[in-house]
Amino acid sequence: MATLKELAKRDDLLSGGHRACAGCAMTSIVRQILLVAGKDVVVGCATGCLEVTTTIFPYSAWRVPFIHTAFENVAATISGVETAYRSLRKQGVLNKEMRFIAFGGDGGTYDIGIQALSGALERGHRMLYVCYDNEAYMNTGVQRSGATPFSANTTTCPVGECSTGKPQFNKDLTAIVAAHGIPYVAQTTSAHWRDLTTKVEKALNADGPSFLNVLSPCVVGWEYPSDQTVQIAKLAVDTCFWPLYEVENGKYRLNLIPAEKKPLDEWIKRQGRFKHFYKPGGEELLAKAQAEVDRRWERLLAVSEKPQKQSK
Amino acid sequence: MKIVGLTGNDAVAEAMRQLNPDVCAAYPITPQTELMEKFASFAADGKVKTEIVLAESEHSAMSACIGASCAGGRVMTATSANGLALMWEMLYIAASYRCPIVMGVVNRALSGPINIHCDHSDSMGARDAGWIQLFSENSQEAYDNTIQAIKIAENPDVLLPVMVCLDGFITSHTVERVEVLDDEVVSRFAGEYVPKYSLLRSDRPMTFGPLDFHDYYFEHKRIQFEAMEKAKPVVRDVSERFSKLVGRPFGVLDAHKMEDAEIAVIALGSTAGTARGVVDELREQGKKVGLIKLRVFRPFPIKEIVELARGLKALAVMDRSISFGGLGGPVFGETRSACYGAGVNVPMVNYIYGLGGRDTTFEEIERLYGEMETVAREGKQVDAIRFLNVRE
Amino acid sequence: MSKKEPGWKDLTMSGIIEEAGNAQKFETGSWRSDRPIWDKSKCTSCLICWIYCPDSAIMLKDGKMVGIDLQHCKGCGICAAECPVKGKAIHMVPESECELV
Repeated sequence: MATLKELAKRDDLLSGGHRACAGCAMTSIVRQILLVAGKDVVVGCATGCLEVTTTIFPYSAWRVPFIHTAFENVAATISGVETAYRSLRKQGVLNKEMRFIAFGGDGGTYDIGIQALSGALERGHRMLYVCYDNEAYMNTGVQRSGATPFSANTTTCPVGECSTGKPQFNKDLTAIVAAHGIPYVAQTTSAHWRDLTTKVEKALNADGPSFLNVLSPCVVGWEYPSDQTVQIAKLAVDTCFWPLYEVENGKYRLNLIPAEKKPLDEWIKRQGRFKHFYKPGGEELLAKAQAEVDRRWERLLAVSEKPQKQSK
Repeated sequence: MKIVGLTGNDAVAEAMRQLNPDVCAAYPITPQTELMEKFASFAADGKVKTEIVLAESEHSAMSACIGASCAGGRVMTATSANGLALMWEMLYIAASYRCPIVMGVVNRALSGPINIHCDHSDSMGARDAGWIQLFSENSQEAYDNTIQAIKIAENPDVLLPVMVCLDGFITSHTVERVEVLDDEVVSRFAGEYVPKYSLLRSDRPMTFGPLDFHDYYFEHKRIQFEAMEKAKPVVRDVSERFSKLVGRPFGVLDAHKMEDAEIAVIALGSTAGTARGVVDELREQGKKVGLIKLRVFRPFPIKEIVELARGLKALAVMDRSISFGGLGGPVFGETRSACYGAGVNVPMVNYIYGLGGRDTTFEEIERLYGEMETVAREGKQVDAIRFLNVRE
Repeated sequence: MSKKEPGWKDLTMSGIIEEAGNAQKFETGSWRSDRPIWDKSKCTSCLICWIYCPDSAIMLKDGKMVGIDLQHCKGCGICAAECPVKGKAIHMVPESECELV
């Protein structure tokens, strides 16, 4: 596990000058991942925020080989790249060791890309799939996705006279991926650099497919001031809305158990997309959201190894 | 060279074995399935170096083909009908990313109602996706076209994907006599693929598939248009070289008894074989009839068609697909447009035929020529669209 | 358009971008409404601002912070918010109050 000082000696493989919004967590996730991966990688990217902000012709922020083809198929595209690599290695045409990383947003992963993802995982391509989960279709203006949390306000499930935002809970994608039985699956956030970079290292060393679901707060869609991106992600973990855990060869391990589990309210109240939680009738929404977080947390506790030391 | 009995599916698989792609990503669909089964057995026996991706859908299969091609590999695949339709989005991307992928398309009707038999609605629907399209009359030509397709696709001036179309069941499942070249002859003809760019060059990292706005998209499409223009002489050149190799004539089209013909039919795929027989019989009766078999539909051989149409008294264009609300099928539309632009005003009729595998017999094509005699006699444009062998 | 844009014959096929990381040439500093002001004397080079900066705008030399790349910094303020130094080594100041660079 590298320290920040060690990481700082490496090349930053995503340049500035990309067009992501001020305060976007997504590009800091990519920077952290590439610091670990190094330059001998091929990055695939689904259509979405990351692709559109980093590759506006004639400019690219990528200092590693990069391919985007479409929205729902990054797992398939990168499996083709990885297969060509295997074929050329086998033939002795290529000798260097390379890694393959696919990035998709929650739309491209939870929803439209889940089939291609599932197929690639089942086939066993050695690749790391990273979902930068900002919990809605942010690139196109905050439409709801399978990752959007309960009762969040989005542009396609807006809060109105007869609506309290998204009626359903978010899909537990990490569990769905873990069910594929691949060597390494983990959940982390943009704001836990040590946890994230450690997991990237494990994932890239896994002998087979690996998957990271990385919570990626969005200033525009979640409606909070741009300097709070790190704090908001940390609160998602401290409230157990987004636990840091990993599934290594089938074994669940919680990487952090908050010393004091904060009420979900502390995360909710910082975001404009939940502001109707604080209007008449909102207590009920909050209670329902809290109950689901508790249920999922208890389940995770029940199946997981506990970390050696707890956070303060 | 050896002579063997092969189905169309076997013939394409055999050519693929000899071309030995680095990657093949595919998904099974009737009537293409046996083609991929055969190729998979070659891989299972170590007869090819190919790594196969057995994708979970055609969309992913084509996506993986594009990824593998951008990584610098020689890539081949095959599909049919609904499978091709599911690839739709990626067909355009394969062409615009200049991936020289060769794909066998075992032609089958598009749903609905669902039907597994031959027509050309699948590949004709994809005619504007930017792929070169070769049509095969029989197993032999499916084999020949597959070998030529790689040579065309991988030409540095072209770098476009190619569909090798063969008629579902009629060709794909019929055992025919096929002349198969020696492995070394095929690999020498095809040569090594030298990719212009590769994702695996991490020492020279590049970005494939950026976001284009209105300021660049149009220029990039213009470049792609030029690549298809450049494909025209390359297709001719490869045809000539292949002709010399096998001692059989190849061109963008095959003009059969057209020298003094007054009435002609344009057809592609297996129907051309039947029509050739009809022409030969009618010639024995002293009738001045001919056949134009289209082998290349994209890029469309405009000049060649116009030259053959000039001087005809009537021309029938056979389309094994249907265009709703338009001016006829795709072959008809292109042919009539090409002739009009060149001032060739031949009375022309579009025959829609064979949809969903409806059998098209010798007698029906004979009747078609008979109808065209009437058109020639009257010497004027008539109702343009007719349906061959549909029950009233 | 002030300068002549390249014609289709001057462009790469399929829009491949051959120059890696050339987005560096694109200025996003003009998006900023607040500017991070770095106090070198307080900075411990803990690198927290660097790891969380979305815009690769924290400039390092030999693993130590040497300044902020104002060509690319969009002024989100994460660096200032996350600076763990007591009294903060980075402060956000409205652009209107900053001297023109």
